[in-house]
Amino acid sequence: MAHGPAQGIRRWLYTTNHKDIGTLYLWFSFAMFLLGGVFALVIRAELFEPGMQIVEPEFFNQMTTMHGLVMVFGAVMPAFVGLANWMVPLMIGAPDMALPRMNNWSFWILPFAFAMLSSTLFMDGGAPNFGWTFYAPLSTTYAPPSVTFFIFAVHIMGASSIMGAINIIATIVNLRAPGMSYMKMPLFVWTWLITAFLLIAVMPVLAAVVTMMLFDIHFGTSFFNAAGGGDPVMFQHIFWFFGHPEVYIMILPAFGVVSAIIPTFARKSLFGYSSMVYATAAIAFLSFVVWAHHMFTVGMPLAGEMAFMYMTMLIAVPTGVKVFNWVATMFKGSMTFETPMLFSVAFVILFTIGGFSGLMLAIAPADFQYHDTYFVVAHFHYVLVPGAIFSITAGVYYWLPKWCGNMYNETLGKVHFWTAFIGLNVTFFPMHFAGLSGMPRRIPDYNMMFADWNMISTVGAFLFGAAQILFLFNVIATIRSKRPASDEVWDRPEGLEWTLPSPAPYHTFTKPPPLS
Amino acid sequence: MSTNNEVVEHETYYVPEQSRLPIFASLGLFLTVFGAGRMLNGSDDGSMYFFVGALLFAFVLWSWFSIVIAENMRGLNSMQLKRSYVIGMGWFIFSEVMFFAAFFGALWYVRSLAGPWLGGEGEGGAANPLIWPGYQHEWPVMNTPDMVANGDKAKILGPEQSMSNPGLSNWASWLPFWNTVILLASSVTIHIAHSALKSNKRSVFNLWLTVTVLLGIAFIILQIEEYVHAYREMGLTLESGIYGATFFLLTGFHGAHVTLGTFMLLLMLLRSILKGHFKHDDSFGFDAAAWYWHFVDVVWLGLFFYVYVFA
Ligand code: HEM
Ligand SMILES: [Cu+2]
Repeated sequence: MAHGPAQGIRRWLYTTNHKDIGTLYLWFSFAMFLLGGVFALVIRAELFEPGMQIVEPEFFNQMTTMHGLVMVFGAVMPAFVGLANWMVPLMIGAPDMALPRMNNWSFWILPFAFAMLSSTLFMDGGAPNFGWTFYAPLSTTYAPPSVTFFIFAVHIMGASSIMGAINIIATIVNLRAPGMSYMKMPLFVWTWLITAFLLIAVMPVLAAVVTMMLFDIHFGTSFFNAAGGGDPVMFQHIFWFFGHPEVYIMILPAFGVVSAIIPTFARKSLFGYSSMVYATAAIAFLSFVVWAHHMFTVGMPLAGEMAFMYMTMLIAVPTGVKVFNWVATMFKGSMTFETPMLFSVAFVILFTIGGFSGLMLAIAPADFQYHDTYFVVAHFHYVLVPGAIFSITAGVYYWLPKWCGNMYNETLGKVHFWTAFIGLNVTFFPMHFAGLSGMPRRIPDYNMMFADWNMISTVGAFLFGAAQILFLFNVIATIRSKRPASDEVWDRPEGLEWTLPSPAPYHTFTKPPPLS
Repeated sequence: MSTNNEVVEHETYYVPEQSRLPIFASLGLFLTVFGAGRMLNGSDDGSMYFFVGALLFAFVLWSWFSIVIAENMRGLNSMQLKRSYVIGMGWFIFSEVMFFAAFFGALWYVRSLAGPWLGGEGEGGAANPLIWPGYQHEWPVMNTPDMVANGDKAKILGPEQSMSNPGLSNWASWLPFWNTVILLASSVTIHIAHSALKSNKRSVFNLWLTVTVLLGIAFIILQIEEYVHAYREMGLTLESGIYGATFFLLTGFHGAHVTLGTFMLLLMLLRSILKGHFKHDDSFGFDAAAWYWHFVDVVWLGLFFYVYVFA
C-alpha cells in the first residue's frame, strides 16, 4: 500500500482510500446540489408572478418534493460525509478510515439510489409529489406509482448512511493516534462522532416508516389508515422522530467546520472547547425529544403541545452557548477575512437568525399562525443555506489547498461569497414577510398581495444559483492552477492536517504521528 | 488459521488494496430493489432484475466474507483492526435495535393513544361520533372502525381471532410459549458453545452450535406453522386492520432476523467443522453471529410479552 493511486476510472470505482472516497462524496454532493438547485429554480420561476405560467401544479409539487429530497439526502448529507472522509483521519492521525472497503460501498450506493429516485420523474404518474416529508395518506393512498421506487431509494441510501456512520465511529473510537484523547480531538471530529450516533439511531426509524408505507400501499396493512384502526398522524410522529434529529445531522458537522475555521482567522484558540463538546452532546440528546414541534397543529393533547414546546425552547440554550463561543473566539482576535472566514462569519450571523425564527416557531400558540406558511420555509432555509451549505463551502475553501496543493484565487472567492451572501438574503429574507402575512408553502399560485415578496425572492434565487456556478469555476480553476500552497496554508493554523505536505500524500499517517 | 500464532501487532493498520467488491455490491443491491419495485408495480420484467440482482449481491457478499476470512488467516488483521470489526458489529446491532424500536413504538402508539382517541376518549376523541360512530377501542382490534361505522360496506375487516394469551393454564398447547422456550434454550446452548470454544473444546463447540442451529430451525418451522394457522383458520392476515399489520410486521421482521441469524450460525458451524476455523482467542465471525443471536432473542422477549402475553 505504499504506492499511489491506480490509473483511470478504476481508481475511483475500486478505491479504498479515504481521500479518494472523500473526493467522490464531495463531487457527487455538488452534482446533487446543482440538480436540486435546478428544481428550486423551476419552483422560483413559477412563483415569480401570481397565476400559473410555466409548469402544471402537479409538476410543481414534484419539484418541491424532489428539491427537498435531493438537497437533504443528496447534497448536504453526502457533503459532510465527504468532509469527514477527508478530514477525520487527517485530524486524528489515522492511516485511513477504519473499514475502507465498506467506506467505498457506502459511497457507491448513493449514485444508484439517486439515479433511481431521479428516474421517477420520467415514470407514468410522475415523480413523488407529496413533499419531502411524505405525509400519509398523501404518500400512500394518493401517491403516484413511483412511490415504490422512492421507498426503495430511501432504503438503500439509509443503508449507505448507516454504514458511513458506523465507519466514522469506528475510526474515531479506534484509530486515534496515541495521546489523542477524546477531549483533545478537534471539534469537527467530536461533532461528527455525535452526528454518526444520531444517524445510526434514526436512519433505521426512517427505514421502518417507509416500510410501513410500502406495506400499506402494496400489502393492505392499515398502519396509517384509521378505518383499520391505524392513524395517519402516527406517520408524522415516526417521521419526525427521524426528521428532527436529521436536521441536527445536517448542522452539527457544520458547527465543527466553523469551529475549525474561526480560530484560525481570529488567531486565537477556540473559546470554551469543552463547553462546545457538551453543548453538542446536549443538542443531540434534546433532538430526540422535540420532534412534535413539527406537529403543533395536528391535534395533539394540550400536555403534549406544552411538553414539546418547552423542550424545543430548551435547545436554544446549548445552541446559544455555541454562538456565544464563536463570538468570544473572535473577540479581540487579530482577524482577517479570507474567503473561508467570510463564509464562517456569515454562518454565525445568519444561522442565528434561523435559530431565532426557530424559537418563534417553537411557541406552540404562535406556530398555529406560522405553520405551513413561508415563514417556516424562511426558517429552515436560514439554518440550512447559510448554515449547512455555507459551512460546507467554507470548509472547501479552507481545506482545498491541502487537498489539491494549490491556493484558490482570493478575489474570485470573495466575489463568490458576496454573490452568495446577497443572493441568499434576497431570496429568503422576504419569505419571512410573505409567511407572516399568510402565504402558504408548497403552492404554485398565490394571492396578488404576496406578489412583491415573491418577485424579489425569485431574483435572489437566480443570483444565488449564479454564485454556485462561480464556485464550481473557482474549484476547478484552483485544482488546475499552478499556484502551490504552503504546507501550513494559513497563518499558524491548529491541527494535525497542517503538519502534512500540500497536497496531502495519497497515504498519510501510516504510522501514528507523535503528539505534543 | 494455522498462522494465527504468528499474528503480531502490525505497526501499520491494514488498509486493503483496491477492491471490486463494493461497486458490485452496490449494483447487486440496486438491481434487487429496482426489480422488487418493478415487481410490486406490476411489470413483468421485475422478477428478472430482482433475481439477477439478488444473486449478484449474494455472490459478492460471499466473496467479501471469504476475502476477509482469508486476510485474517494470512495474519493481516492486527488486534486494532479486529477491534474495528467488533465496533462495527456492535453499532450495526444498535441500528437494528432502533429499527425494531420504531415498530414497537408504532404498536404502543396505536394501542395506547390513537386507538382510544378513535374510540372517542379524551381530547383526541372528538371525531369519533362524526367519523366512526359506535367504535369503541379494545386491543386486539377485532372490529375495525370501518366495520363498526360502515357495517356490511366495510372494506377493512378485523381478524376473526387474535394471537393473544389464552390464559396460563393453556400455555402448554400455546405455540408462542414453546417458541419462547426454544429461543431461550438456544441462548443457553450458544453460550455453552462459546465457552467451549474459549477453552479449546472443538467437538463440544460443534455439538452445541449444531443444537443451536437446530433450535433456530425449529423456531422458524413453528413460526411458519403459526402463520399458516393464522391465515387458514383464524382469519388473521396482513389486511386484518391494525392488529394484523402490527402483528405480522413485528413477528415477520423478527422471523426474518431469526432466519438470517440461523443462516449465519449454520455458516459458522460449517466453517468450524469443514475448515477448522475459529480459535479460542480469534473467533470474530462466530462472536458476531452469537451477539446477533442474543439480540434476536431479546427482541423476541419483547414480542412475547408485548404482542402475545399482555395483549
Ligand atoms: C434553535 C433551534 C431551532 C428551533 C427552536 C427550531 C424550531 C422549529 C420548529 C418549531 C419548526 C416547525 C415549524 C412548523 O412546521 O410550523 C421547525 C421547522 C424546521 N426546522 Fe427548525 N428549529 C431550530 C433549528 C433548526 C436547524 C438547526 C435546522 C437544520 C439545520 C432546522 C431545520 C428545520 C426544517 C428543515 C424545518 C421544516 C421541515 C418541514 O416542515 O419541511 N431547524 N423548526
Ligand atoms: Cu424540528
